Amino acid sequence: MQKQIRRVGLVLLLLFVLVFANLNYLQVFNAKAIADNPHNVRRLYQEYSVKRGNIVTADGKVVATSKPTKGNLKYERVYPGGSLYGHLTGYFSLVYGMTGIESAYDSELSGHAGVLSMQDIEDELLGSGQRGDDVVMTVNSKLQEVARQALGNQRGAVVALDPRTGDIKAMWSNPSYDPSGLAVHNTKAERRYWRSLDPTSPDSPLIDLARQARYPPGSTFKIVDTTAALQSGAYSPSSTFPDPPAIPPCSSNGGAFPCMPQTNQSFTNFSHTSCAGGGRITLAQAVTVSCDTTFALIGLRIFPSIFRTAEAYGFNHDIPFDLSVERSRFPFVGTDNKPFRAYSAVGQGNVAATPLQMALVAATVANGGVEPRPRLVKEIVDPSGDIVQRFSPQSLGRVMSPGTAHTITRLMESVVQKGTGTAAQIPGVPVAGKTGTAQNVAGAAPHAWFICFAPADNPKIAVAVLVEHGGTLGNEATGGAVSAPIAKRIIEADRQIEGW
Amino acid sequence: MSSIAGSARRNHELSLLILSLLIGLGAIALVALARRSSDVSRAMPMMITLFASYVAAHLVTRRFASQGDPLILPLVAILNGLGLAVVYRLAPNSLGPTQSIWVAVGIAAFMATLIGVRDSSVLARFKYTFAFAGVFLLLLPLSPLGENINGARLWVGRGSWSFQPGELAKLCFVIFFAAYLAERKELLAYAPKRMLGMHVPDLRHFGPLLLMWALSLLVMFYETDLGSSLLFFAMFVAMLYIATARAVYLALGAVLFAIGAVTGYLAFAHVQVRVAIWLHTFDPKLIGNESYQLAQGLFSLATGGLFGTGLGQGRPDIIPAAATDFIYNALGEELGLMGTAAVLVCFMLLVGKGLYVALRQRTDFGQLLAAGLATILGLQTFIIMAGVTRLLPLTGITLPFMSYGGSSMVANFILVGLLVRLSHERASAPPPAHTEEILIGGRR
Repeated sequence: MQKQIRRVGLVLLLLFVLVFANLNYLQVFNAKAIADNPHNVRRLYQEYSVKRGNIVTADGKVVATSKPTKGNLKYERVYPGGSLYGHLTGYFSLVYGMTGIESAYDSELSGHAGVLSMQDIEDELLGSGQRGDDVVMTVNSKLQEVARQALGNQRGAVVALDPRTGDIKAMWSNPSYDPSGLAVHNTKAERRYWRSLDPTSPDSPLIDLARQARYPPGSTFKIVDTTAALQSGAYSPSSTFPDPPAIPPCSSNGGAFPCMPQTNQSFTNFSHTSCAGGGRITLAQAVTVSCDTTFALIGLRIFPSIFRTAEAYGFNHDIPFDLSVERSRFPFVGTDNKPFRAYSAVGQGNVAATPLQMALVAATVANGGVEPRPRLVKEIVDPSGDIVQRFSPQSLGRVMSPGTAHTITRLMESVVQKGTGTAAQIPGVPVAGKTGTAQNVAGAAPHAWFICFAPADNPKIAVAVLVEHGGTLGNEATGGAVSAPIAKRIIEADRQIEGW
Repeated sequence: MSSIAGSARRNHELSLLILSLLIGLGAIALVALARRSSDVSRAMPMMITLFASYVAAHLVTRRFASQGDPLILPLVAILNGLGLAVVYRLAPNSLGPTQSIWVAVGIAAFMATLIGVRDSSVLARFKYTFAFAGVFLLLLPLSPLGENINGARLWVGRGSWSFQPGELAKLCFVIFFAAYLAERKELLAYAPKRMLGMHVPDLRHFGPLLLMWALSLLVMFYETDLGSSLLFFAMFVAMLYIATARAVYLALGAVLFAIGAVTGYLAFAHVQVRVAIWLHTFDPKLIGNESYQLAQGLFSLATGGLFGTGLGQGRPDIIPAAATDFIYNALGEELGLMGTAAVLVCFMLLVGKGLYVALRQRTDFGQLLAAGLATILGLQTFIIMAGVTRLLPLTGITLPFMSYGGSSMVANFILVGLLVRLSHERASAPPPAHTEEILIGGRR
């Protein structure tokens, strides 16, 4: 029997070795893949055992904080700012994960960012629990509030930034949502609130219209055309163009200049009249009164350089930002479809831009031709108040020469002084702006745009305002009538807050 | 002379026992500290119970089995202490203190075994009593006294006063098989025919194997207890093989097991669910309900990694039934691969020790009994470890000395009590006269 007992022992030994091998696979070799399964709630419990850092505005207002609970999850996230900062802070949800700054700065907020400070060691020794670092935004709470009030209950977005540093001073998108509703530990209530936000709809309040929605930029795109035209050296503000009420199809007028090739439809001005009396119009005048035919002609002539300039501004590229930004779109149109080149030049056709992108266009001109990298967070502060990390302003590169930027500034000033943007005039402050009234879906009221910066001679703030479908004015709306007054209020408020 | 050797063994055992107990006591203290420093005083009764129980066990061994193996009790103490620490960590105010009482009850059963069974050969005389007791205990849950817990009908009693008779039944069967096979082994090994290169006994000698198969099927079908069913049958086949050296029994056992398993799979929805959980543990459709427990158990191990989160620092409490079936995973989360491997090594040593005791027995009954006890301990440990690590489909049986529960604790302490008794007898018995074993049916 000895031999059989030894054999049974050997089999049992083999079985145990099998278990050991399997344990190595589960606990070491494949451990990460197994533990990363979203159904492994341990990670979540770990996350919630940390007193997550606050998210604070530039002027010290706490807009996201963690309050202790008595439940299984030790801290609950609350957002004292309510819906005002929903799109910026994002949410920290049991069921729906994280978005916004909560997600982008998760390692800092949860205290996992590499740097070990004295405070961390102290927390560890005293067992007072891990605490995350605070994230300080560039946003000013007062300006953010003004942006909300100025937009009122119209659907749209307001972006205001410092053109010198790229600091986002206000970024508001209406409708918004209260992230507290998604951070409660009651998953039932969380799901109920989530459903009320209609998450699958393109109109969901969860979408930040300032960066996650794209609109035809309409006439605000003429700043891009003008940049291309002036940079090419072939044009100056005093270059002149024919000024018809509409450009007829070449098929109807025998190909005499100006005419629209490859089509049997004429290209008509927004006003259905000529822009400057029907003779010739200068580029400067065309910008001031937003003359569509002029820019259609420019589009026909220098489309490739407009395309290059649009890309230099950031179209067709990801804009580096703390939060994800939808790519603005300026498709290249071949010589086989010249009418589309004309439509593209007036910001229609397949051109689409985020309000943030258009704010950057204004900021680039304001900043002497260099595009600032937008930023939402300026520093990370540890719980004892020491700055752990400070982010310095960066640029996205030069889009045009300082001379061109200076020239465009003058043209944009005249838009506000005597053109389509007079509603943005502020006594004692030169404002440079450009309106846009963008047709979109057939039959729907146009989107109202206004991009601007002030003071024109020493820019401190650049603003983009978009109101969907004309807002309260509907079909009667223009960028100048609807959006310019909103931008004006933002500039005035910033002037008051910053004391310039 | 033998008493001097005996006291040397016992001193050896005492020093090992103290080291072993320090592991368990330290673990309990760490759990208490990880909670609140004030909890250390509340954990004291538990720690004292553990310590005092083993000291008592040691003293009784010194008195009644002085030549007994000195490694068995310390190995059990490591497993038992760690198990208690993990149960305490999982349920500090309910299961933890109760488990320390079960430890004391288990030790009492160990001591009673040493005191009550002075001569193991007496057990052989009562073999049919044990057989009937085994069948009775095994089928008891099917009586009106039985109750369903977690879908398996293997409990007797009501509410907090319930126990698993199957745990004791397995001991009764091992004793019966050992006695029965010691008596009949030549007969059962008699194999005049050869088939497929194996010696094949007469058909009628397959009777016991078929009977045992039928009984284990009964357990599987009516008590829906797959683990115990597999355990009983595998244990019997192993003992039959040890006694007869006939590989044909192993082969037939495997075939019968396969038939039972396939029939069970086809006939019973709960078996199909078990298999589905095993194959598709992380399937999103299953992970919320059916495979939740196993998936959480695997997350637990994976989260623990090499060194574990540290006692009291993980979340093994997320696993349903963590203190019973999934205690190994709970330990693996907080002590890591280091902890699971250490426990595995302790079990290997304990089983190895049991087989070593078997090898050194002079009587057939002693050999078969010790080998059977060691085999059933090893098989049970493997079946549950393989289940909770997804090596095999999961079946709800306990991890000896670690899982929460009194029935398992008592049964396993009786088991090691018998092993200590057998090891003592071998060491204290006078050397036997040389007797030639009768060889029947060829080479063994």
